[in-house]
Amino acid sequence: MDRTRTVASNAAGLTKAEYGGTPSTLCVGCGHNSIANQIIQVAFELSLKPHEIVKLSGIGCSSKSPAYFLGMSHGFNALHGRMPAVGSGALMGNHTLRAIGVSGDGDTGSIGMGQFKHMLRRNVRMVYLVENNGVYGLTKGQFSATADEGLDLKYAGHNDLPAIDLCLEAIAAGCGFVARSFAGDAKQVRELLKAALSHRGTAFLDIISPCVAFNNDDLSPKSYAYGRDRKSPLQELGWIPKAEEIVLEQGDPGGLSVVELHDGSRLKLRRVEADFDPTDRNASVQRLMVAAQKQEFITGLIHYDPSRPSFAEAARLPEAPLAALPDDRLRPPPEALEGVLQRYR
Amino acid sequence: MMTRPSRTASAAGESGKEPIIVVNDLALVVATVNGTGSQTANTALLRSFFSMGIPVHGKNIFPSNIQGLPTWFHIRVDKDGYIARRDPTMLVAYNAQTIDADLRALPKGGVAVVNGDLAPSVQRDDLITYEVPVKELLRATDQKGKLRDYAANMTYVGVLAHLLDVPLAVVEEALAVHFGRRQKLVDLNMVVIRASHEWAVAELEKRDPYRVEPMDATDGLILMTGNEAGALGSVFGGVTVAPWYPITPSTSFIDALREYLRELRQKEDGERSYTVVQSEDELSAIGMVLGAGFAGARALTATSGPGLSLMTEFAGLGYFAEIPGVIWDVQRVGPSTGLPTRTSQGDLAFAYTLGHGDTKHIVLLPSSIEECFEFGWRSLDLADQAQTPVFVLSDLDLGMNTWMGRSFTYPDAPMERGKVMNEEEVAEHGFGRYVDRDGDGITYRTLPGNPNPASAYFTRGTGHNANAVYSERAEDWLENTERLSRKFDTIRELVPASEVDVAPGATVGVIAFGTTRYAIEEARDRLAKRGIHFSTLRLKALPLRPDVRSFVEAHDRVVVVEMNRDAQLAGILRAELPDLAPRIDSVAYLDGMPFTAPFVEERLTPFLMRVAAEVA
Ligand SMILES: Cc1ncc(C[n+]2csc(CCOP(=O)(O)OP(=O)(O)O)c2C)c(N)n1
Ligand code: SF4
Ligand SMILES: [Mg+2]
Repeated sequence: MDRTRTVASNAAGLTKAEYGGTPSTLCVGCGHNSIANQIIQVAFELSLKPHEIVKLSGIGCSSKSPAYFLGMSHGFNALHGRMPAVGSGALMGNHTLRAIGVSGDGDTGSIGMGQFKHMLRRNVRMVYLVENNGVYGLTKGQFSATADEGLDLKYAGHNDLPAIDLCLEAIAAGCGFVARSFAGDAKQVRELLKAALSHRGTAFLDIISPCVAFNNDDLSPKSYAYGRDRKSPLQELGWIPKAEEIVLEQGDPGGLSVVELHDGSRLKLRRVEADFDPTDRNASVQRLMVAAQKQEFITGLIHYDPSRPSFAEAARLPEAPLAALPDDRLRPPPEALEGVLQRYR
Repeated sequence: MMTRPSRTASAAGESGKEPIIVVNDLALVVATVNGTGSQTANTALLRSFFSMGIPVHGKNIFPSNIQGLPTWFHIRVDKDGYIARRDPTMLVAYNAQTIDADLRALPKGGVAVVNGDLAPSVQRDDLITYEVPVKELLRATDQKGKLRDYAANMTYVGVLAHLLDVPLAVVEEALAVHFGRRQKLVDLNMVVIRASHEWAVAELEKRDPYRVEPMDATDGLILMTGNEAGALGSVFGGVTVAPWYPITPSTSFIDALREYLRELRQKEDGERSYTVVQSEDELSAIGMVLGAGFAGARALTATSGPGLSLMTEFAGLGYFAEIPGVIWDVQRVGPSTGLPTRTSQGDLAFAYTLGHGDTKHIVLLPSSIEECFEFGWRSLDLADQAQTPVFVLSDLDLGMNTWMGRSFTYPDAPMERGKVMNEEEVAEHGFGRYVDRDGDGITYRTLPGNPNPASAYFTRGTGHNANAVYSERAEDWLENTERLSRKFDTIRELVPASEVDVAPGATVGVIAFGTTRYAIEEARDRLAKRGIHFSTLRLKALPLRPDVRSFVEAHDRVVVVEMNRDAQLAGILRAELPDLAPRIDSVAYLDGMPFTAPFVEERLTPFLMRVAAEVA
C-alpha cells in the first residue's frame, strides 16, 4: 500500500476515497446516493477493514447502490426480494463477516417481506437498510407497499391501500435494533449506522430516501421537503467508541440515556421525547402506531433489545468461519464411517 | 402390468400330487392402514430375510396422509438377487378398506394371510387362504388401548414366520436392531409374535409352496435408504451449511443428515462444524445455499419437484454468477403437486435447464445407495470445482425405501475446493473474477474475508465483464456466455462416466438412469434366457460424456427407458445428438409405481423384434 500519500488516512491506513465504489448511475439527487455517501463516511470514520465487510442487496435502484461504496469489500447483488436469504447464507458460511444489506421498500415490503421477517427471526449479523421511497424506482414509479395511503402520483395514480410500516414489522419479527431516519439528515443516518454496525445481530434501518424521479412532490411524506419540515426526532443521537468517555452535557430536555452496544461502544440518546423508552417493546410499538395515526414522521432509535443471541451463537458455530475450517474438521475419519455402517448390517 | 405365474405354484397339497416347494423366491405385499405402526412389523420381516442371507428389498407404497389411509408394503425375496418391484403372489390382508381389491389382485394360486376379523365380500377358491384370529390373539396376550392396533400388526409377523420358516430368534434380533436394542420394546412386540406363531404352529396346515432358507448372499452388505446414504455421503463430503424446507420425499434426507452431523461433527461442548437451518421456503433455502457458496462454504439443500420449481430464479443466478451449491431433488410425481408420495423421474429436463434463458446444470443420477453415498460427497467437490449448482436427482423409491448395498467406500480423494485464490495468490497473479486464465472456462474466485483489496468483486446475475463489472456490451455478453459453454464442456470430463454393458452382437441398446435399472436388468436376463440380447447404458450424469454418443453409434436402435410421460431423456439425447436422433426410440411411462421386469420386457419386445426383423 502507498505509504507516501498526503491525504488523510484513518487507523486502517485508508483514505476516505478508498471506501468509495464505482460512480453512481442513479439519478442526481436520489436519496440513495446520499445514504451511500454516509456509509462511506462512517466506514472511514470507524476505520473499518473492508475485507471484514460483505455487501448484499436485492434488486432495485436502492439495491444497485452497494456498487457505489466500499469497493474493496466483496459484494453480492442478489435477486429481487431475496437478499435476506443470500445474506443469511453468506453469514452462515462466514459469521465473522459484518454484512451491510441494502434493500428497497419494494424489495423488502412486497416481494421480499417473507424473507425479511424470517431473516430478522434468525438474527444474523447484518445492518439491514431499507432505502424507502414509497415507490418502485427501477420499474418507473409504481406504488410500493410503504406508499402512504391516499397519496396521488402522476404515474401510479391514487393509492387507497394502507401503508406497511417496516419498523413495526421488524419489531414484530423480533428484531433487536430498529430505527428510522431520513436521507436528508446525514448526521442522524451516520450515528445510527455506527450504532447498527456495533450490534451483533440484525440491525434494521428504515431510511426515508426520496425518489426525485417519481415521488418527490412537496406534499408526499417521502419527499425531501416533507422530511426536512416534518421530521420529528425522538432523540438526538451520538455514537461513542469503546474507549471514549461519555461527556455529559447540560440542559437536556428529557434527560440523557446511554445504550450499551454489543461491541463495547455506546449510543448516547438525548431524549427529545422525554417519556419514550426504546428498550420497552410495547412502547416502541405503540409509538409507531400513534405516529401512523397522527401522520408524524418520527425518526431515531425506535426499538433496542440486545438480549437475543445472534445466529452464530445460537447455532453454536466455532470461532473460525465454516468456510475456513480445514478438511480434517469436515471429513470424519474412515473409522467413523465404519462405525455408522456397522448399524446398518 | 401382467404377472407371469410360472414360478407360482398352483394350490399345493392336492391329493396325489407331490407338493411344489418354492424357496427364497417370494413377492409379498402387506396391506395395512397408514399410521398403525405396520412399518415396524414390515421392517422386522425385511431385516429377518436380510440377516438370513437372502437378497431382499422392500417398497413402501403409502398415501399422502398421516393416519387412516391404506398403505402397502412390498417385500421381494429373491435368491438370484433381483430386487425390482414384482407383482405380489402373497398377500397379508389387514386393511378392511382394501381387502376386496387386494384379494382380487392376487394371481390364481396366490396366498392370502387374512385378518379373520374382517369380512371380505370377495371369495376366491383359487387362492390359498389363512385366516388369523387377530382379536383373539390380542386378547390372549392382553393387549389393550392404544397399543392394540400396533400389536395387531405383529400377528402377521408371527404367522408368516411360521409359514415361511423364519426362526423367531432371527425376528427378535431384527426387532432389536430396529429399536436400537431397547429390549423393552422388543419384548413387548415379541409377546404377540410368539403367541401368533404358536397359534399358527398349532392351527394352520401349511398349504402354500413358499419357504425361506438361509443363504450367504448378503454377507458384508448393508441395508439403508437412499436418503440416509446421500446424507451420510454429504457429511463425508464436508457439508457445512444445509438450509431446507420440509417436503416428502426429501425430508428424511435432512433428518438423516442432522443425525449424522450431530454424531460425527459436533464437539462434546456442543460446538458444531455445520449448521442445518429450516428456512421459510425453498426460495430461501436455495438463496442461503448460494450465499454460503459465495462465502466459500460447502452447502446443500434437499427438496422435491414443487420446491425445485420455486428455486428456478436462483438456479439461473447460481449458473450465471457461478456459485457452487448442491441441490438434492428426491423426485415425486408431478405436474403441479401431482402424486406426492409416488415415485417418478419427471424432473430431469426441468432440472437440467432450470432458470430463465440459456441455463444448463450438472445433474447427477444415482441408482443405488452406494451411488447416493458417493454422489453425496462428489457433488460437493464438483460444485466447488465447476463453481456452479449441482443437482442430484434421486427419487422417492430410492430415497425412502430400504435397499441392500455394498459397504460404502471412503472417499478416495481429498476434498476438492476448486480454484480459490488467497491473499498471496491474488498479489502474485492479479485477479479478475471471470478471467479465463486456464482456458477451460473455469475461472478463479476469491472469498469474502480475503484481506487483499484486489480480491474484492461484486457478484451479480446481471451482465458483467471479465472483471465482474456491470456491462451491457454485446461483446462482454458473448464472451461470457461462450466461456460458460466452454466450461460446460470441461464439466463433461468431470462428471461420472456411464455404466456401459455391451452385449456381444446386440443391435439394440437400452439407455436408462436411476432406479429403473433394476427392472431393466432383470428383463435383460429374462430375455437373454429366450436368446434375445440387448446392451445397456446407465447414465450417471448430465452433461453427456462422449460415452453416450459411442454407445448410440454402436447400436442400430437405442431405446431410452424412463419413468415420465414425455420422454425427457430421449428428448435431451435427440437434441444433443441430432445426427443420431432417428435411432433413438423411447419407452416413457409413469403411473406412480416403480417398473417391474415383465413390464419392461413387454415394452421392449416390439423394438427387439422389429430390429430382428429388419436385420433378417
Ligand atoms: C422477480 C422479479 N420481479 C420483478 C422484477 C422487476 N423489478 C426490479 S426492481 C423492482 C422494484 C424495486 O423497487 P424498490 O425495491 O422499492 O427499489 P427502488 O428502485 O425504489 O430503490 C421490480 C419490481 C425483478 N427484477 N425480479
Ligand atoms: S428513479 Fe428514483 S429511486 Fe431510482 S435512481 Fe432515480 S431517484 Fe433514485
Ligand atoms: Mg422504492
